[in-house]
Amino acid sequence: MPGSRSDTCATDGASEGHEALPEDAFHDLAVIGAGPAGLAGAVTAAELGLSVVMVDAARQPGGQFYRHPAAATRATRPEALHHDWPTFTDLRDRLRTGGVTCLFDHHVWTVTRKAEDDWTVHALTGDVDGVCEPGDGQRSTRVRARAVLLATGSYERQLPFPGWTLPGVVGAGGAQAMLKSGLVLPGRRVVVAGSGPLLLAVAASLVTAGAEVPELVEASSYFGYAHHPRAVAAQPHKLTEGAHHAKALLRHRVRPRTRHAVTEAHGTDRVEAVTVARLDDAWRPVPGTERRIDCDAVAVGHGLIPQIDLATGLGCATRRTADGAYALALSPLQETSLRGLWSAGETSGVGGAQQAMVEGELAALAVTFRLTGRRPAPLSRLRSLRRRRDRMNAFADAMTATHAPRRGWTRWLTDETDVCRCEEVPAGRIREAVTEYGARDARSAKLLTRAGMGWCQGRVCGWAVSCLATPAPAAPPEEPPSTAPDRRPLATPVPLGALADLPDPAAPLAPADPAAPLNPADPTDPAAPLGPADLASPLDPANPADPADLLDPTEPAAPLDPANPAAPLDPANPADPADLLDPTEPAAPLGPADPAAPLDPADPLDSANPAGPFGPASPLDPVGPAAPEPRLLPPDPHLPSPAPHPPPHHLPPHPTEGQPS
Amino acid sequence: MNSPLNSPSKPTELVGAAPDPPFTITFDGRRLDALPGQSIAAVLWSAGILSWRTTRGGGRPRGAFCGIGQCYDCLATVNGRPNRRACLVTASPGDTVTTQEGNGHAGFEE
Repeated sequence: MPGSRSDTCATDGASEGHEALPEDAFHDLAVIGAGPAGLAGAVTAAELGLSVVMVDAARQPGGQFYRHPAAATRATRPEALHHDWPTFTDLRDRLRTGGVTCLFDHHVWTVTRKAEDDWTVHALTGDVDGVCEPGDGQRSTRVRARAVLLATGSYERQLPFPGWTLPGVVGAGGAQAMLKSGLVLPGRRVVVAGSGPLLLAVAASLVTAGAEVPELVEASSYFGYAHHPRAVAAQPHKLTEGAHHAKALLRHRVRPRTRHAVTEAHGTDRVEAVTVARLDDAWRPVPGTERRIDCDAVAVGHGLIPQIDLATGLGCATRRTADGAYALALSPLQETSLRGLWSAGETSGVGGAQQAMVEGELAALAVTFRLTGRRPAPLSRLRSLRRRRDRMNAFADAMTATHAPRRGWTRWLTDETDVCRCEEVPAGRIREAVTEYGARDARSAKLLTRAGMGWCQGRVCGWAVSCLATPAPAAPPEEPPSTAPDRRPLATPVPLGALADLPDPAAPLAPADPAAPLNPADPTDPAAPLGPADLASPLDPANPADPADLLDPTEPAAPLDPANPAAPLDPANPADPADLLDPTEPAAPLGPADPAAPLDPADPLDSANPAGPFGPASPLDPVGPAAPEPRLLPPDPHLPSPAPHPPPHHLPPHPTEGQPS
Repeated sequence: MNSPLNSPSKPTELVGAAPDPPFTITFDGRRLDALPGQSIAAVLWSAGILSWRTTRGGGRPRGAFCGIGQCYDCLATVNGRPNRRACLVTASPGDTVTTQEGNGHAGFEE
């Protein structure tokens, strides 16, 4: 039957499959995401003795990177479409033997906390593959744990162009995902376009699987890496991986064409050809350089955006990456600004599978220390992981900066080009919201035009809308659009019944504010301190398992992490993983938390919040009500002003005009 | 029906797939071969079908875009139920898939 959940992790080598957890089973660690970061974190923690539950929306482990055909296809060479497959099978085997409880086909929609060591992960299972209809047989599941490791990865950034809604134009990652799991191609002759190293992998996969790739169009120049020689030289495995893809591309005579972009797709009911044009430094198409290339599919993507909605919903601090995307700000040991919530992989910046696995292991060591007081042995492993992570971070920053979208790309949009695919909002309407109604940020543009209010909640068009809505006439072309991180209180559409089932309806909808003072007088306060019932918590210094005697009292205090405002180090708590840091080391590699980061705990029930679950944009309502009143939100005192607001008469006639040549 | 786009089925050969024999699903009355384990979107792609939805506003054709359940562009009506993400639904023998028009409620009483 549809939605069959027969491909459990049991068939794929892991443990318990879809067995429902006993209500209120309490695990040490809940890992959200079964990609490289989540897998590495889960197996490491389980092997160190923690009880671990891993939750993922897919039906088998691997995430997007190690996505592979369902067991029912009985693929004997799943490695044919993968680089570094043995690393995955090793993790998968350890997942099985390590006793990790696997909950696949579980779609996490929110995470709540009662205390810093009492978390609940809320997931839906059953027929969650569509936009929910009442009575669809979905079941909600709650997983309680003393710590949470968020490893939700990233999704693809899309920059629209005329014709990009034609069937046959697909995400570059989407084409690869459909190939890796479904063993299908979108066409015979596939133009691969966009920016970022993922394109090399996608093109290599496509040609290996029998497609022709007439052009691999990269908007950036690879010379960008030359600005970061040390970061590049420290990552030999990246060069190996690049060589692996280059070999496949060379064999099939695919040559990357840099500083070019697909600026239009042609066709009536499906794509038949594309226009490729040369770009200047600001990614503006150079007139007269257009060429037409026949094709029956286009695989397009402009890098990856961290998927952090579960964390921003809780109020976690964020930072901006070199391309202007928002990622989680983490402590040197992978903890978010909320004590007890950890993160690994692309949620803290896009750096690839190797980096994700290193971070997953690092996070698991730190979580284990926090919960058990046992120092990782040998400690040199932890130091080595941190060094590798920092080197990989440096490379990831170089990569992100090299391929960052430049603001001139909006020049290839016509006013008729749909930017928001769900709500069919053309660029002209967003430009009108800016020039006629004074929108200066994505949220105002969204209210005025419905862009980003549809099913996908702005995941596909969000970046583009930000670029159009925050014109920066005087800004350099590499300046990212000024915006705030997306706030989606619910990470996946949920039926109202699941919301109503929450034990404390206020809990998930009032994101924990790391800065908020706790109110000990209010026993219903979800952020209230531990009560007497919690005395058994190992976080309690009175706990007999307290490893205080393991520490040298003369040891200097661990350095405070400025990026981690919610984790003031508690000298009474000897199991603070910050103790694992060498106090003589320089400060954390991450900068101080982005001042824009701490999210206001805006009540999503507020009718002024269009993205709220009950607002007009609710994905629960596939019909969609009438367009909202064309009014602007009052300025949100908790958020920094997204951009200086020049008086309207100073506006250029067109948001893309006036940029430096 | 054999796949016009992917025939011979190079990707399945590449990974050495040896599934049970294909079964049949229908799309707008047309019979399509499906491999066990494939999503409905994958079955449609392998038959060269790239669109199975028309948009609410412009009535424009759409199909799978992100391939991982993020974009909701691949919504289809499966066994009479609208708004199902074809890239996430595993095909089962006898499934009836129909092009979804608009919000998926065409013909339903409001």
